Amino acid sequence: MNFSSFLLMRQEIALLVIILLLVIAEIFIPKEKKVSIVHLALFLFGMHAIVGFFEIDESSLFGGMFRTNHLIHFFKNVLNIGVLILLLQSADWVQEKIVNQNKGSEFFILLFSSLLGIYFMISAGDFLMFYLGLELSTLPLAALAAYETMKRISSESGIKLILSSALASGVSLFGISMLYASTGSIYFSEIVQVLSSTNLTLLGMVLLFAGISFKISLVPFHFWTADVYEGAPISIASYLSVISKGGAVFILMILLFTVLRPLVDIWENVIYVIAVATMFIGNLFALRQQNMKRFLAFSSIAQAGFILLGLIEGSKLGTATVVYFVLIYIFSNLAAFGVVQAISLQTGKERIKDYEGLYRTNPNLSLVLMLALFSLAGIPPVAGFFGKFFLFTAAASKGFYLLVFLAVVNVTISLYYYLLVVRAMFLRKGENPIPFFRNKIYMRIGLVITVLGILLLGIYSPIYDYIYDLSSALK
Amino acid sequence: MNLNLIILIPLIPLVVFLVLGLFYKKIKPAISGYIGVFGLLISSSLAFYAAYTYFIVIGKTEGVYQTIVEKTVWMNFTDSLRIDMGILIDPIAIMMLIVVSVISLMVHIYSRGYMKGDPGYTKYFAFLSLFTFSMYGLVLATNLFQIYIFWELVGVSSYLLIGYYYTKESAVAAAKKAFIVTRFADLGFLIGILIIGYYTGTYDFETLNNPEGTSILNWASTSFMGLSALTWALILVFIGGAGKSAMFPLHIWLPDAMEGPTPVSALIHAATMVVAGVYLVARLFPMYYFIEDGFALNIVAFVGAFTALFAAVIAITQTDIKRVLAFSTMSQLGYMMLALGVSGYEGHEGLGFMSSMFHLFTHAMFKALLFLCAGSVIHAIHSNFLKDMGGLRKHMPITNITFLIAALAIAGVPPLAGFWSKDEILVAAFEHSLFLYVIGLFVAGLTAFYIFRIYFGIFWGKESNYKDKPHESPGSMTAPLLILAFLSIVGGFIPFSEFISPDKAGFETHMNYPLAAIAVFAGLLGIGLSWIFYKKENELADKFASRFGAFYTWAYHKFYFDELYLFVTKKILFNVFARTAAIFDKKYVDGTMVGIGNQTVNTSEKIKGMQSGKVQDYALAFIAGAVVLAIICIYLWLN
Repeated sequence: MNFSSFLLMRQEIALLVIILLLVIAEIFIPKEKKVSIVHLALFLFGMHAIVGFFEIDESSLFGGMFRTNHLIHFFKNVLNIGVLILLLQSADWVQEKIVNQNKGSEFFILLFSSLLGIYFMISAGDFLMFYLGLELSTLPLAALAAYETMKRISSESGIKLILSSALASGVSLFGISMLYASTGSIYFSEIVQVLSSTNLTLLGMVLLFAGISFKISLVPFHFWTADVYEGAPISIASYLSVISKGGAVFILMILLFTVLRPLVDIWENVIYVIAVATMFIGNLFALRQQNMKRFLAFSSIAQAGFILLGLIEGSKLGTATVVYFVLIYIFSNLAAFGVVQAISLQTGKERIKDYEGLYRTNPNLSLVLMLALFSLAGIPPVAGFFGKFFLFTAAASKGFYLLVFLAVVNVTISLYYYLLVVRAMFLRKGENPIPFFRNKIYMRIGLVITVLGILLLGIYSPIYDYIYDLSSALK
Repeated sequence: MNLNLIILIPLIPLVVFLVLGLFYKKIKPAISGYIGVFGLLISSSLAFYAAYTYFIVIGKTEGVYQTIVEKTVWMNFTDSLRIDMGILIDPIAIMMLIVVSVISLMVHIYSRGYMKGDPGYTKYFAFLSLFTFSMYGLVLATNLFQIYIFWELVGVSSYLLIGYYYTKESAVAAAKKAFIVTRFADLGFLIGILIIGYYTGTYDFETLNNPEGTSILNWASTSFMGLSALTWALILVFIGGAGKSAMFPLHIWLPDAMEGPTPVSALIHAATMVVAGVYLVARLFPMYYFIEDGFALNIVAFVGAFTALFAAVIAITQTDIKRVLAFSTMSQLGYMMLALGVSGYEGHEGLGFMSSMFHLFTHAMFKALLFLCAGSVIHAIHSNFLKDMGGLRKHMPITNITFLIAALAIAGVPPLAGFWSKDEILVAAFEHSLFLYVIGLFVAGLTAFYIFRIYFGIFWGKESNYKDKPHESPGSMTAPLLILAFLSIVGGFIPFSEFISPDKAGFETHMNYPLAAIAVFAGLLGIGLSWIFYKKENELADKFASRFGAFYTWAYHKFYFDELYLFVTKKILFNVFARTAAIFDKKYVDGTMVGIGNQTVNTSEKIKGMQSGKVQDYALAFIAGAVVLAIICIYLWLN
């Protein structure tokens, strides 16, 4: 082994270096200049995200514990883009509310640590690495959710997250141990060769599945979602619903398509049931929400249900459509959360009712939110439509017409509540509308990027073609 | 044929939309009106140029009009399924281009007068352009995926046009209803597309519609519940078309959509968007005809016939003139579907197809005219209701005459446009099934009756007490009326069957004099009856209503259809599911949170506070979920 082979871990190492640099910066930057940590973190991560797009070799390290290929590398890049947008959208919040509590660098350090955990999970070649990544990705989030320590609701959110996630990782660890008991290995490549459907392996699979489902917030493992989103700072809710969920989808896909492939006939049914439950529960709860964050929480649960339609396809097409959808979902949901973030920062208002008359006072923000919601609802020509259409095609190609039908019913239900918000913004007068304000530069850049993504990802087809070409890696 | 020019037809409205949309604050309203009209004027000229080149200059090759397709690969969706984007030109596409251009141009011009002084003037024109662009895109689509995109885009832009621009609460509710109901119907369309894509491996119209390909018959072989998968797919696609074209029972959005501004109704709900469903079936006609001996086509025919009848009956009872026109539109769309449904493929057998397209064409002209006339009346007296009208013929001579022309046209009085197309439909129905013919004939009588009922109600009879003296609308509004009236008179003389037939070869039609005479008689009878009922103020109509009391009230309330829908959506979906879910959320999920919230106030002091019983609920759900799944897995799916 020579040092150049460490280049396979380039992304992980770079992120670790950024974290360490931020620690050093925290020590050396004088107190009155702490604001500059935000710029530094943004700059470093921006560079990291750009450098990430350079090609990487396909190979594995540490006897197969860590592996990477073009698809896995692409997963990481997708998440990087999401985190970058999220940082841009949170920068103002950190500058105004967090830095003066002397916690500016912690925010970035914890966030990046969680991302690092996701990297390791995605690249894992065995269950040990996977589990370490799982814990690393979750633990910092609990601290982040409780970040606004002065707010009761925020600490509550943090505690709920840590308790639920402890349970989830415990359950998945239990599942992993059963898989180990029945196969005698923790290496993916070895498990797949000896795995057969016995009671023990099935129980192990289901428990593992439950543990990951927790992160994607699939029904019935979703209960924490709305409470945590509502209490956590918006940046963290946004991270949970976009990055953490997106990463977990990738991991679930890797596990199902590679390690658990021998059990495909059975997990297909599991996915089917969970998909239906998730779509319906998510949508029906979303219908009646009054608070924007809770609303987005349930909407993101429903979206996760749609993603399962791609997973159920189980091969190349499924991979491509899921990755494509997650990419689009990242942009759409970040746009929505970005607007909520901006408004909350300026006015502290988070209820849907407060958005009434927004178009009159802040036309640009309401247009961004409208595009985001249209994309989530899957209305052409914005990207969300293509994402959903392709997912449905994937499910239909395996003959799951009933599932597709139920999904499309859910799309219609979701259209209803997305339009409720649109209506509040554009058509209601509002007794006390949010006054006009201008966003700072970072937020504006963050929102513009998401809008460009929503408009272009669908129409500009080479992106899908590129993903489709990569997708043969999971077999 | 220069396809670069054709592609400009949809692109110009798109550019206009972008310009008006991006700079709406900087452009003066008057200018934006001119930009919109001017842009569409170019598109329309190009459409006419396209028609001229396609039909006259190029003409038939080996006896048929060739389909011209220009496309590029947009995306290689899978290794076998490719999605293209491009433009497709064939006789019906050209015809639709003309229809959309003419009506949209007229509406643009008319709107300059109608919307004058409106604060959303520029935005309105921007959305009008967006809608026109989407409609052009739909017409020119080369494959199912492309048509679906534009299909949805048409829905979005019509939603925006009514809902986004208008501040009236009822209009917004209506726009939303229209959007969601049609989207619900699109469920069918979408799944139909997926099935077709799966079984045929292509979305291309050219390949799908090629009747010589034995492949179609091969595809048809897999069956499900006694019908082949492709028949199911076609039925599902038709459901999508039925949603847009307001076929029973997916029609409930159309009457409500009349809340929007009248010129928009003329464009969207009379002439363009609502015929998209008819166009869709026509676009896939060879598939409908050849797969399983046209089983799906029979459904089209009967749904069309029923809708034609159902809507005409309701139209008699409505007192809001725009609603009468809405139901009338439904009824006429039913006619078009009926005609498609009874059509054959080759030569003269394609009469139904031809007459459907013919009627689509003439109907667009006279129905848009009716709507614009109604708009002119509403503009003058600020009310939609018949009771506020009467005796307007002296005050609004141009509107009166043009409305009369349109009414005669829709009633099928020769030699106006409606007579020719309707007559062909009836002949086609007669050759196919006597039953459908009788329905069609009866509807023809009803149509004449209800349209003259509102004509007499508006322009004759006793004058209401008008606050201001009604006056004729400005020139920008009457000019389109006159142009459309002219088209409603001469439109029928176009030798449609030369140009349009399912096999694209064209054929000769001959007048079937006895049938024509019967149809005209039915129309005149309807006019005569409404003359007796409504020309003069008398009690005959009320007497008649009381005689048929129950049925009349029933029909007046649209057979209580809206109530049924409300019951299902509000009562069941909302109260039972959504409300239970919400209560559950509020009481348990939310209650839990509050409980925990209170407990965690003193986190630093009391660590015990975290161990509230409520988090255990979540844990319980989590574990229970996993265990249930595992049990199901092991006992149900493990063989």
